[in-house]
Amino acid sequence: MSRFHDLTQLPDARGHFGPYGGRFVSETLSFALEELENIYASLKNDPEFQAEFDRDLTHYVGRPSPLYHAERWSREIGGAQIWLKREDLNHTGAHKVNNTIGQALLAKKSGKPRVIAETGAGQHGVATATVAARLGLKCEIYMGAEDVERQKLNVYRMHLLGAKVVPVESGSRTLKDAMNEALRDWVTNVDDTFYIIGTVAGPHPYPMLVRDFSAIVGREARRQSLEQIGRLPDALVACVGGGSNAMGLFYPFVEDDDVIMYGVEAGGEGVATGRHAAPLTANAPRGVLHGNRTYLMSDEGGQVADTQSISAGLDYPGVGPEHALWKDVGRVRYVAADDDEVLAAFRELTLVEGIMPALESAHALAHAKKLAGEMSSDQHIVVNLSGRGDKDIHTVAKLDGIEF
Amino acid sequence: MNRTVSNRIEQNRIDQRFAALKAQGRTALIPYITAGDPAPAHTVDFMHACVEAGADVLELGVPFSDPMADGPVIQKACERALVHGTRLQHVLEMVAEFRQRDSETPVVLMGYLNPIERMGYDIFTRQAQVSGVDGVLVVDMPPEEAGDNAALFAEHGLQSIFLLAPTTSEARAKAICEHGEGYLYYVSLKGVTGAATLDADAVGAQLSKLRRVTELPLCVGFGIRDGATAAAIGRVADGVIVGSALVGRIAERADDPASIPAALKSILGEMREALDHDVPS
Repeated sequence: MSRFHDLTQLPDARGHFGPYGGRFVSETLSFALEELENIYASLKNDPEFQAEFDRDLTHYVGRPSPLYHAERWSREIGGAQIWLKREDLNHTGAHKVNNTIGQALLAKKSGKPRVIAETGAGQHGVATATVAARLGLKCEIYMGAEDVERQKLNVYRMHLLGAKVVPVESGSRTLKDAMNEALRDWVTNVDDTFYIIGTVAGPHPYPMLVRDFSAIVGREARRQSLEQIGRLPDALVACVGGGSNAMGLFYPFVEDDDVIMYGVEAGGEGVATGRHAAPLTANAPRGVLHGNRTYLMSDEGGQVADTQSISAGLDYPGVGPEHALWKDVGRVRYVAADDDEVLAAFRELTLVEGIMPALESAHALAHAKKLAGEMSSDQHIVVNLSGRGDKDIHTVAKLDGIEF
Repeated sequence: MNRTVSNRIEQNRIDQRFAALKAQGRTALIPYITAGDPAPAHTVDFMHACVEAGADVLELGVPFSDPMADGPVIQKACERALVHGTRLQHVLEMVAEFRQRDSETPVVLMGYLNPIERMGYDIFTRQAQVSGVDGVLVVDMPPEEAGDNAALFAEHGLQSIFLLAPTTSEARAKAICEHGEGYLYYVSLKGVTGAATLDADAVGAQLSKLRRVTELPLCVGFGIRDGATAAAIGRVADGVIVGSALVGRIAERADDPASIPAALKSILGEMREALDHDVPS
């Protein structure tokens, strides 16, 4: 039996992953979280609910997503074979939709007419606005004012989808502040509002249910590896902000002890500079934010630190609590890729394979490239290509001195 | 997490204060200000001003970068305090300085868990006790997450104040009341601090239910902003907590801090008057 079997039994009844996770929220929200926990518990093993979820993933999202052998890129690197799990080909262009489809079904069961969400790069916001449009739910998306600026395309997409995008001006004006504001909205409108959290963080049961809805990625990748490679891959690589796409890919492989996993955090200007968003790699102290205990970047007084990353989607000072535990027990190795490496990977994949990755996903690619170079050509790496890069053209063009 | 031994409860300033108020038939007036707002040098003066205006218990906010349960007024107060580098360590020093002139008024620290988590629970509880803190209200630490902390707090004479909300189920309320010490903070409405209006009758109905499961004083916060709202809530509660209304006045005078004590005294004086002379209809 796998020495990591115990990890599949988590969280415990109170939402704890070892010392991490939990439900650190103000009292007003306790009721809504208990309600959500009960709804999910009643549906989790309900075949009808699962069938509905699978149907939506097949016919609305377009699953399964391909596992693509990046042969040319692998050859150029001259090491292991790199396979890309093409979550960029999903409807709305990223892995985020897997989770929003699931939570939207829960929202429907709860009978609440309004959904809210926080978003960083805008992918989760778009995915939420999309499912809200489809189900006729009122939708408001909280987005840091800085991210509204650097992700204009996604802001307009949400607008077209009928959602209201609220720019958040407080704090560092990025993802964590958007989450604060979404929590404030929820505490005010808890009776008629369902909060669709976009990552494996937040108060219990969110880390668990976002994981479960995202795990379709890993289940498919595992099956596809057996079919296309003829065995399980040697390594998995995925980027980690809050950590939903990494969790989605990794979770179904947890008990495959021989599969080495790498979570790639946002190194920003370099972990050594302090200007990054890599709490696990930097060994940030334990802290509590947004309802859970985890590795959290903060100053000595416990004030949450400002983070730095070229990708809005990874620009977050904490990380999902299950990742925190996986670091401690050594199931996953957490590393960082800095902005320069990420941009290089973004350009390289676009030129060599004709696939333009999201800057978030380019973190995983940057590390996969390093890793592949150290491995032999009969070894295999599966990388979660978690989203497409159209939304980032603005950011990259600006660096090239081009303004649209 | 059991209630501490009885002699400690008697010694605690919070219990003493509520016992005295009950004997006098008076309602507690509990102001909240954010420590370090608009600058750390003024906080102790503001605390004394509140007491002079008739405050019975002081809630001193520990500024936090991500005050998720607070509205814009207290968010901005946190930002003003943090710009000046106010950290939990400084807040404890402020309480110690306050205690040099006031050994009787209970002081409750109110804020979020992370500054305490980062300081370390052992260090925090020891220093808080030495500084003269009486109670701790951590917004994002409900009783089920308090775990060993509540016991540790109790060992150092720090009472754990918990929140109750309109959405709290009866079963939860019962559990919270069992763990609560000092007083219970009833959040009068769904929302963040500084939010709109409150319905005194609805609050009264909720408090009546709570009185069946606890003997702790029930204090009400959120939505109290003047003499009239204080009096209305004072008819049904053991204490009224006023935060954003005070912090808003501090914000208006941030450029002229010397004028703030008088402004605090004016609004608190109005509330004190309304609470003491309100005749229940």
